[in-house]
Amino acid sequence: MASRGPAGSRVGNSRFAQFKLVLLGESAVGKSSIVLRFVKDQFDSYRESTIGAAFLTQTISLDDNTTVKFEIWDTAGQERYKSLAPMYYRNANCAVVVYDITQAVSTSGRLWELEELELTSHIQASLDKAKQWVKELQRQANENIIIALAGNKLDLVTEQPDKRAIQTADAEAYAREAGLLFFETSAKTAENVRELFTSIAKKLPLDQAGPRNPRSGGRGGVELRPDTPGTQAGGPCSC
Amino acid sequence: MDEIAPEYDVVVFGTGLTECVLSGVLSVKGNKVLHIDRNDHYGGEAASVNIETLFKKYGNYNKGEEPWKKYGRANDWNIDLVPKFLMSSGELTNILVSTDVTKYIEFKQVAGSYVQQGSGAKATVAKVPSDAGEALRSSLMGIFEKRRMKSFIEWVGTFSRTDSASHKGLNLNTCTMKDVYDKFGLEAGTRDFIGHAMALYQTDNYINEKGTAPDTIERIRLYGNSVSRYGKSPYIYPLYGLGELPQGFARLSAIYGGTYMLNTNIDEVLYEGNKAVGIKATMQDKGGDEPMKFTTKCKKILADPSYFPGKAQVTGQLLKAVCILNHPLAGTDNCDSAQLIIPQSQVGRKHDIYIAVVSSAHNVCPKGYYIAIVSTIAETTANHHLELAPGFERLGRIEEKFMGPPIPLYEPLESGVNDNIFISKSYDATSHFETTTDDVRDIYRRAEGQDLVVDGLREGTNLVNDE
Repeated sequence: MASRGPAGSRVGNSRFAQFKLVLLGESAVGKSSIVLRFVKDQFDSYRESTIGAAFLTQTISLDDNTTVKFEIWDTAGQERYKSLAPMYYRNANCAVVVYDITQAVSTSGRLWELEELELTSHIQASLDKAKQWVKELQRQANENIIIALAGNKLDLVTEQPDKRAIQTADAEAYAREAGLLFFETSAKTAENVRELFTSIAKKLPLDQAGPRNPRSGGRGGVELRPDTPGTQAGGPCSC
Repeated sequence: MDEIAPEYDVVVFGTGLTECVLSGVLSVKGNKVLHIDRNDHYGGEAASVNIETLFKKYGNYNKGEEPWKKYGRANDWNIDLVPKFLMSSGELTNILVSTDVTKYIEFKQVAGSYVQQGSGAKATVAKVPSDAGEALRSSLMGIFEKRRMKSFIEWVGTFSRTDSASHKGLNLNTCTMKDVYDKFGLEAGTRDFIGHAMALYQTDNYINEKGTAPDTIERIRLYGNSVSRYGKSPYIYPLYGLGELPQGFARLSAIYGGTYMLNTNIDEVLYEGNKAVGIKATMQDKGGDEPMKFTTKCKKILADPSYFPGKAQVTGQLLKAVCILNHPLAGTDNCDSAQLIIPQSQVGRKHDIYIAVVSSAHNVCPKGYYIAIVSTIAETTANHHLELAPGFERLGRIEEKFMGPPIPLYEPLESGVNDNIFISKSYDATSHFETTTDDVRDIYRRAEGQDLVVDGLREGTNLVNDE
């Protein structure tokens, strides 16, 4: 069971805060790979579509006194047919929207963007999908969610510059306009992966206690455990 | 977009709670599952909807008006379509814990469980005693009756089906619950709240059924254990409404490889002989693009009854009214949430009336509002509003009332072994999910040919794990 302790706490000079981070983006852009690199420092070129790695945690120390814990939710593939549940976005503090900098036309989502393709150049398609996910986040998630845009598969471009389909400047301009953090990353070489999460951590409101669950924060939630009557105590009642 | 696989072990129609629990469990056990819903949201009949959707669903406003606007942001509302709570020590809680779906959902206690005595102007509301101590303090009974109730509750705690020494000289294979009540000399009013507010029977049929007293005693014990688990009432409730439950189990299924498609119509079920062997379906695209048509094979189909009306029968009609209040329920100590049961005998009915109240404490509405659902089983073919009237009397001033025609309750005509189509039951009128999990177990047994064991379900499955 995930840690359900106090989501934010302060002992002496040290601060600890926990945040929910959601991943978004089309299938096969490397969402899970980025997380696997960040959490386990691993990479697997032949990774299957996400199975099982749907709930991971990782902590970052911002300085000697400040620790941020990310509770990372993967889509578990439910983005494939646009069937992500509202639960996924609920109380997310931050999001990483991933696209593939080498994909002019993503192999996935062939139906979704046909119309879009006619309006804009093919070159923009992969980034446009990321823009759609940002819109979806703004519609479904908290107003003050922190969003980072990650152009993944930088390693492919470093090896062969002509593989690049999305120009850095274009993505950067969009991110600036929309108020997003922006990095080009490689889950394979680890380039910019840690930087991505660190910059998110720095932007999170560490001083607002209880970021993980502003919803229940000490209002008497119960923790479900295997049945051992008498050992559970409910929180204080508000009535 | 990934192509639909040519074959699945199981295709599931409808994302209600029953279907999502089964989908989750079957995926964990290694089945390849495709899960489809014709709606654009999860939950089917077990969804929670926002207040704009609720107004639109019932259509109780004039054209051009937007009455939901005075209730704040529509999305701050999560109004259940099914009035139910979870028993703290019940089977759904057990399944949630065993599958770790508790990672995705937070729960809060329901603050109180109440029962009405008397009717009309003389009606009083009292807390249901859950243990011997509360029985002694209860206003429901006189001083001598309290002692009898205390000894009854203590006996329930020590009762064992297999130990005849604990049976008080009764032959529990043949005796009735009436015999048990007689043994303890309990009064009619006490029997009423034991049977209806603790054992949670909706009618009095259980009293004279031979050999079922041990079941009744276990129901009373489930109630008592559930109360003692967290302290205030036997019920817990998910923050953001019951609609979180199917979403949580759908996520479990997806994590174990289940494929999810909302907005998808079933065009045809393909048969070989009598047996269903595949489907043709169309996924609509909300963005206005071409719908995606596909065909796939499957070994079996699980479905809620709305997908196969010809294979289900109506067993009763549920009456339900969703009411928006701006005050707590009178007589419940201003609790943020409660269940109030009006036993049938108190108001001259055959079926109890239930009132379930939740509020902003459960993130289902903005601060200051309460959502009360009044429900019962229909006993007449008209005047349904009158049947619920004793419930409305308890609510006081009502801001909005949403009441549609009676809701038919379905159950499947056949087990499904002949046609490979395994159909669930509708969500019944009980106040909790115990019958829903019974149905999950029943469908699992019919479809898989073995009993569902949820304890340790995820052990031994090879997944990238937390920490």
